Amino acid sequence: MNVNMLRRNRFSGIIPLGKGAVVHWWMQRLTAVVLLPIAIWFAFAVAMLAGASYETVVSWLQSPVVTALLFLFVVATFYHIKLGMQVIIEDYVRGWLKSASLLTSNLACILLTVVGIAALLRVVL
Amino acid sequence: MAQFNLPANSVVRSGKKYPAPAPVPGHSVKRIVVYRYDPDQDENPRIDTYELDLDTCGPMVLDALIKIKDEIDSTLAFRRSCREGICGSCSMNINGANTLACIKAIKDIKGDLKIYPLPHMPVVKDLVVDLSQFYKQYSSIQPWMKTRTEPSSGRERLQSEEDRKKLDGLEECILCACCSTSCPSYWWNSDRYLGPAVLLQAYRWIADSRDEATDERLQELKDSFKLYRCHTIMNCTNTCPKGLNPAKAIAEIKKLVATRGS
Repeated sequence: MNVNMLRRNRFSGIIPLGKGAVVHWWMQRLTAVVLLPIAIWFAFAVAMLAGASYETVVSWLQSPVVTALLFLFVVATFYHIKLGMQVIIEDYVRGWLKSASLLTSNLACILLTVVGIAALLRVVL
Repeated sequence: MAQFNLPANSVVRSGKKYPAPAPVPGHSVKRIVVYRYDPDQDENPRIDTYELDLDTCGPMVLDALIKIKDEIDSTLAFRRSCREGICGSCSMNINGANTLACIKAIKDIKGDLKIYPLPHMPVVKDLVVDLSQFYKQYSSIQPWMKTRTEPSSGRERLQSEEDRKKLDGLEECILCACCSTSCPSYWWNSDRYLGPAVLLQAYRWIADSRDEATDERLQELKDSFKLYRCHTIMNCTNTCPKGLNPAKAIAEIKKLVATRGS
C-alpha cells in the first residue's frame, strides 16, 4: 500500500485512507437512484406479463432496451446489496467473524450477479 | 458482535426507596427514579426511588436532583454548573431522551421522573459518565482557526454578515454530548466514528470564512469510519437540547467532500 494512503489515526492505529469511503457513499446513492425507477418498471412489466406465453416473455426479454435495463437491474441491485451489507457488517460484527462475513457477503453478491447475467444471456441469445 | 446484552456486573437491580416524609395536604408528590452506581462498592448498579414534594422544589429536573442531594441523599453524584443550559454539564437521560436537566421542566414529564446517565458511556459514578474519548475526538478535529495568510486589514480577520450567518446553528453547540450518546452508530463504533457533536464542531470550522484549512479538514474527515458511519438516523437532531441540527452539518460535510474533489 502506498505510504501516502496511510495516516496515523490516534484512536485506531493505522487505517487506510483512500478514496474508498467517498466512492462507497457515492455509489450507494447512485445505485439507489438508478434502482428506484428500474425496480418500479420491472415490477410493473412483470405484472403486465402475467399469464403470457413463454414465447411472448422471451421476445419481450429480447428487446434491446429490456435486455439492457435488466442487465443494469441485476448489476445495480447486487452492487447496492454489497455496499449495504458491508456497512451493516462493519457496524455490528467484530473480530474474525467480520472479515469472514464481509468475504461471504462479497462472494455471494459476485456469484449472484454472474448467475443473473448468465441467466439473462441464456434466454436472450 | 456488537454487544446487545449488559454484562452480568452491569445489570441494573432495584435499590432503596426514600418515601416523602409527611405528605402535606394539597401538595403534589413526584416519584423520582434515579440510576445509581458506586465504583467503590462491589455491587451492581441500582435504581433508587425518591419521593419529592414538588411544591417545595424548583421547577427543573436539576432542581429536583439538587434537592435530593441537599436534603435526602448526599451520596448522589451528578455534574452541574450554570443551571441555565449554557455549560452542558448536566446532560443526562431523562425519561428516555438525552437532555440538560437544568432546562427540562419537571411538569413536562407525565408519571415517574426517570433519570439515567448518558447512554452507552462508561459510568464514573451515578449520573457522571466518562467523556474523555469524546473530548479526545473533539481535540482531534483541531477546533481552532487555522490560517496561512496575514489578515488583510493587518489587524483582525473580518467577516461579512452573510459569512457570520453561516455559523448560526453551529457555534451554539455547548458540547454536552447529548447527541453523540443518542446515536446508535456512535454506540457501536465510538472508538472510530467521531459522532454528531464532534462532526458539527468540525463543520463549524469548515464553514468559517476566516479559516483557511478547509481542504485539510475535509481530507482528514474523508474516512469510512470518522464521517461515513453517520447513517442519518437523526437521533442527534431530535435530542439536541439547544435545538441544533448536527445531522444537517454532517450532510453538508459529505456534500463538500463529494463536490470539492481534492
